[in-house]
Amino acid sequence: MTCAHSSCASALLRIHGLTVRYAASQEQSSPALVGVEFDIRRGETVGILGESGSGKSTLALSILGLLPVSTNITGSMLFENKDLLQFDESAWGTVRGTRIAMIFQDPGLSLSPVMRVGDQIAEVLRAHRPGPRKVRKQQVEAILRDVGLSQGDRIYGAYPHQLSGGELHRVAIAQALSCRPDVVIADEPTQSLDATRQAEILDVLREVNRKFGCAIIFITHNPALLAGFADRVIVMYAGRIVEEGPVPQVFRQPLHPYTKGLLQLVPASLQDPDRTRGQHLPALPGSLSHSDRSTRGCIFESRCFARTELCQSESPREVVPEEGRRVSCFNYEN
Amino acid sequence: MKYLERRVIHGLLLLIGVSILCFALSAAAPGNFFDEMKLNPQISPSTVAGLRARYGFDQPLVWRYGHWVESVLRGEWGYSFAYNCPVRSLLLVRARNTLILTGLATLLAWLIAVPLGVWTANRRGRWDDRLSMASTSLLLSVPELVIALVLLYWAVRIHTLPVGGMASVDFGGLGVQAKLFDLALHLVVPVTTLVLASLPLLVRHIRASMIEVLQAPFVQAARAHGIGGARLLFRYALPAAANPLSSLLGLSVGALLSGSLLVEVITGWPGLGPLLLDAALARDIYVVVGAVMASTLFMIFGGILADILLVAVDPRVRLGKV
Amino acid sequence: MRIEETARHALKPALAKAAGLSKRYVQRAPFSYKSFVIDALVDVEFDIAPASLTALVGESGSGKSTLARCLAMLEKADRGEIWFEGKEVSRSSDRELKALRPKIQMVFQDSAGALNPGFTAAQIIAEPLEVQRRESGARLHSRACELMEEVGLSPNWADRRPLEFSGGQRQRLAIARAIALKPAFLILDESVSGLDLSTQAQILNLLLDLQKAHSLTYLLISHDLGLVGQIADFVAVMQQGKIVEQGPRREVFANPRHHHTRELLASVRLLRSNFRTAQAGGR
Ligand SMILES: Nc1ncnc2c1ncn2[C@@H]1O[C@H](COP(=O)(O)OP(=O)(O)OP(=O)(O)O)[C@@H](O)[C@H]1O
Ligand SMILES: Nc1ncnc2c1ncn2[C@@H]1O[C@H](COP(=O)(O)OP(=O)(O)OP(=O)(O)O)[C@@H](O)[C@H]1O
Ligand code: SF4
Ligand SMILES: [Mg+2]
Ligand SMILES: [Mg+2]
Repeated sequence: MTCAHSSCASALLRIHGLTVRYAASQEQSSPALVGVEFDIRRGETVGILGESGSGKSTLALSILGLLPVSTNITGSMLFENKDLLQFDESAWGTVRGTRIAMIFQDPGLSLSPVMRVGDQIAEVLRAHRPGPRKVRKQQVEAILRDVGLSQGDRIYGAYPHQLSGGELHRVAIAQALSCRPDVVIADEPTQSLDATRQAEILDVLREVNRKFGCAIIFITHNPALLAGFADRVIVMYAGRIVEEGPVPQVFRQPLHPYTKGLLQLVPASLQDPDRTRGQHLPALPGSLSHSDRSTRGCIFESRCFARTELCQSESPREVVPEEGRRVSCFNYEN
Repeated sequence: MKYLERRVIHGLLLLIGVSILCFALSAAAPGNFFDEMKLNPQISPSTVAGLRARYGFDQPLVWRYGHWVESVLRGEWGYSFAYNCPVRSLLLVRARNTLILTGLATLLAWLIAVPLGVWTANRRGRWDDRLSMASTSLLLSVPELVIALVLLYWAVRIHTLPVGGMASVDFGGLGVQAKLFDLALHLVVPVTTLVLASLPLLVRHIRASMIEVLQAPFVQAARAHGIGGARLLFRYALPAAANPLSSLLGLSVGALLSGSLLVEVITGWPGLGPLLLDAALARDIYVVVGAVMASTLFMIFGGILADILLVAVDPRVRLGKV
Repeated sequence: MRIEETARHALKPALAKAAGLSKRYVQRAPFSYKSFVIDALVDVEFDIAPASLTALVGESGSGKSTLARCLAMLEKADRGEIWFEGKEVSRSSDRELKALRPKIQMVFQDSAGALNPGFTAAQIIAEPLEVQRRESGARLHSRACELMEEVGLSPNWADRRPLEFSGGQRQRLAIARAIALKPAFLILDESVSGLDLSTQAQILNLLLDLQKAHSLTYLLISHDLGLVGQIADFVAVMQQGKIVEQGPRREVFANPRHHHTRELLASVRLLRSNFRTAQAGGR
């Protein structure tokens, strides 16, 4: 099962059988990604949902060829039919930042502490859109306004440690959008923003998507953000894609037990007046343990409410229950 | 600028400490200038006794120290028995010469070491990095003395370079340009010695700091935005390495200075080195103390210079974070 | 029952308190004499009841982290008082501060930046225990592994360095480090915002259990009103350096008085209702 869509041919980015294994310090490491496959078409918005540590950022980093050199990567990643895994530095130079850009999860880590943030955005413009300095500065301030930073000139001259978490995050967003790439990988771009700002950022992304036809890969742990924003959602668990489908269908009728559990966790009401103090919040039972990772059976088995005996000994194959959807769970085989 | 103020105060305390130590050591060392005078049959014992009294050598050490401090404040820096003049006039010329030598050597060493260190860090593990590592470890194992001797031998062989001193005999009659050229020729051997001697450590340190910075997430992020090549190395990575490198600059000034004292003696450069050596042999103690103080002062200035540089490059230090 | 509890809290003296706290940043513009003045805190009055969970919400840049840093005494305010356990502490000597530090822990918003990249996970977690001489030797390591397990990190990863963890795993590492000392007052600056709902719930449940066992006090800074609405006892709302509303959670949610609070609640509601419609099958 390579592709759940009829329009495979027009894929802008096509990931096939991607397996990534970090060269972790001592322990016998289990792979961070296992046989990941999906397509991104031009102008599409795709959400990636998944538990902490499920490999979302690893996926993002591998698309940009940024994993540590010691990492073992197999599979293929075709961008406009060219394999990104075969790229050398000069080939990357024409893709990173201009064609595929990334909003990093940790803006505090991804910005240089010794450069003014405005200059850091200007550097990206400089690398891809040569032009006079003055113009660049104006462009940067315009982009900063776009992401809701109204005091453009103050933010421009600030060092990262002089900005609040949310301001920093928006700088990172501005940096990624500055060259109007064809694909933006947004790794938790609204993680440190209040709901109003969150909506603003979603609007900005929607707008670049509509105006410039830029495809967006939106990594998040918050399903609520994807409703009304993303076309498709990919659900990851322990480095594997366990479910994929259009957002409305998946949200209305999740198939994989993990997706079901995850969506149920979104609280029903904004506040719960009947909760007693100290009462536990609902969570999925258990956690992904080390033994799960090496099991022959389904990786979700130890936490699954729908498991059968079969799930312990064999791992489920991917099935297509309906056009445009796929899921890896025995419940849907045949 | 509290940070710099603190550095200046530290420097002053260091100077005072060094001067006290010098005095204590000079008192502990056997003999003094006048003991040797006594051996000279042409000077009568009473003259020597008179001189001793005049310079306060019959007084306790503390008194002499106080006397010396007073003369420092007056700008005399004590009196040289051997040259029969205030130490200051001796020091000024010699210190200037040492400053020319070490200043130039520091500048050159860093101008070569920074690009080399940055480049090899970027090419880590490739052939050019290996070559540079091999040659620096070779250089590292050769003492300064040997480098200086080899260079001197070479200078003698090729005849175009002057050997020893800092000016030719006819220096006074030359025009400004010719003077500078003459000076430059004289500088070749000592400066090259110092640069070669300090280069390997500098390159290795710069390479190591750069390797660390190049693995930092923000450098990765800059790569992800399509920034690469020299721009990434010099605009992103190098300033972030400023913190370790500025303390290296302070250290390297110290190392070059102490190295230069030796190199000056070998190559005949009329700096503080030969002065210090002669004065120590002659027990001309105020000159010794003065020369040591001048060297210390240079070292402190080197350190402060490095700090100013760091403050200019790294906003976290400038704004009182870290 | 809830109301009584809240009332009981209100009677107890505050564990931590800010009175008239102001902080101004001046940021110089490059290559000019112009400078920007940012009033990050303006006469902030803020009470934190003991053994409670107080949530601090507000728009980005409103001064939440600044207030937290001041309360944790990691930054000096320009004016105002900070009270902790009934004593004014803003002008404490270094020695007094040293005694206070282990009681007040803060997990930074930029948690990754606050973890020493050269240390292993176990060393990071063990450091405060070691400095405070709570544990030593082999016990130290096993305690660190226990804490890792508690926040859902495999102890097999004890030798990994911070940059070898995922974003959410690093946040949990920072939390493990902060709870190692069971501080009387724990400040969590957006510390669970990078976690999926299940992991987030697990971490918060752990914190709630710790609170019950040791009557810890939490200040939770979060933009996630959905989460705050589930677990907070008290809510304070900040805007432009001021606390514009403060009170028991149910009152603030049911009956928001300040328009900024209403705005924030409306944005969250919108997001939620989009999701509900999608779940129900609408578009
Ligand atoms: N540099 C690395 N070396 C070794 N292991 C790593 C490294 N980076 C990540 N990992 C591991 O790989 C797995 C996937 O990490 P990844 O960062 O992709 O997760 P994530 O889905 O982005 O999680 P989060 O939501 O917490 O950010 C995790 O278990 C993590 O510990
Ligand atoms: N060191 C500093 N120098 C100058 N300005 C600063 C400094 N630290 C913070 N600020 C500014 O003070 C204001 C308040 O910052 P703070 O970090 O407290 O906001 P916050 O409420 O935590 O926002 P967020 O939710 O985005 O993290 C921001 O506008 C920020 O730019
Ligand atoms: S295959 Fe079995 S264990 Fe795995 S998700 Fe489906 S039902 Fe659960
Ligand atoms: Mg991540
Ligand atoms: Mg903050």
